[in-house]
Amino acid sequence: MGIENQLTGDNILVTSLNKLVNWSRSNSVWPCTFGLACCALEMIATSLASFDISRFGSEVFRPSPRQSDLLIVAGTVSKKMAPMVKRVYDQMADPKWVIAMGACASCGGTFQSYAVLQGVDQIIPVDVYLPGCPPRPEALLAGLMKIQEKIRTENLNQRPDFKPGERYETQVPKVELIR
Amino acid sequence: MDIKGIVSRLEKTDPGAIDRVSGENEITLNFNDFNKAMQTLHDDKSLCFDMLVDIVAIDRIDRMPQSHRFDLVYILLCSKDFSRLLVRLAAGEDNEVPSVSSIWASADWAEREVYDLMGITFSGHPNLRRILTWKNFEGHPLRKDFPLEGKDFDQQFDTTSIEDY
Repeated sequence: MGIENQLTGDNILVTSLNKLVNWSRSNSVWPCTFGLACCALEMIATSLASFDISRFGSEVFRPSPRQSDLLIVAGTVSKKMAPMVKRVYDQMADPKWVIAMGACASCGGTFQSYAVLQGVDQIIPVDVYLPGCPPRPEALLAGLMKIQEKIRTENLNQRPDFKPGERYETQVPKVELIR
Repeated sequence: MDIKGIVSRLEKTDPGAIDRVSGENEITLNFNDFNKAMQTLHDDKSLCFDMLVDIVAIDRIDRMPQSHRFDLVYILLCSKDFSRLLVRLAAGEDNEVPSVSSIWASADWAEREVYDLMGITFSGHPNLRRILTWKNFEGHPLRKDFPLEGKDFDQQFDTTSIEDY
């Protein structure tokens, strides 16, 4: 949507800019405040003093999906909740990443049932799957580091939101002076 | 009040309403006198069961066709002496059970839950629609003949298939 749409080719300028943008993005991955079940408590514990997710630049849990880069699907996604999860993901601005935290979000977990979605990857694309029931805060930090690793090795023009040549222009309203 | 007092009081106002007395705090009511007897249990000054804690439905499909398919158990509580009473009612598959939501307001959601998960309909309920599953859900999941995994378990889930979220 933004800067990557202007990047074509693989010259020294583009690759250096890639590195710079990826470095800055990877160190400020803001997660969305979004918890569904017991995994959310581990997510909260990760943000508290003893584990301190701010060491990785992700302490800013945004209450609005429009301001966040990372969706941590923390818990069991019931089928009735699934449209809301998709809606939160759709409202997030690109670039965005998704962690499926715990067994339930990854594959339905122990709930092989009529009411539970068998893996959140049925409705939204997932970057990192975290095993565990629930995963320890260290595991979530490891997943976050995997996301950072993914961001750092990413080529900007290979991102799904890459639309070559498209410019993002702000709409300036025309003001006519009345004489 | 103990079970003997409750039974004698109920026999006085609604004779023949009690089908069976079992255990220390359980009575079984006849289907036809059910609503009137429940009204008495709530209104009577000495009984005074002013709180409906929960409604439980049991699927007795294994006992069909000898007996009715469902058992409904109403758990009542008297807030004066904290005595409890279980009121049991047998209901067939096509019986419309009279709603007690006009007697205890808490029956509103409890009956909706029973309707949603067991498929027992209540006559006279102000707003009988599903409460836990969604509007276009097919079947009633806590019935014994419902497959645990649901009917469309192996299919890809489509979020637009849920109408009211």
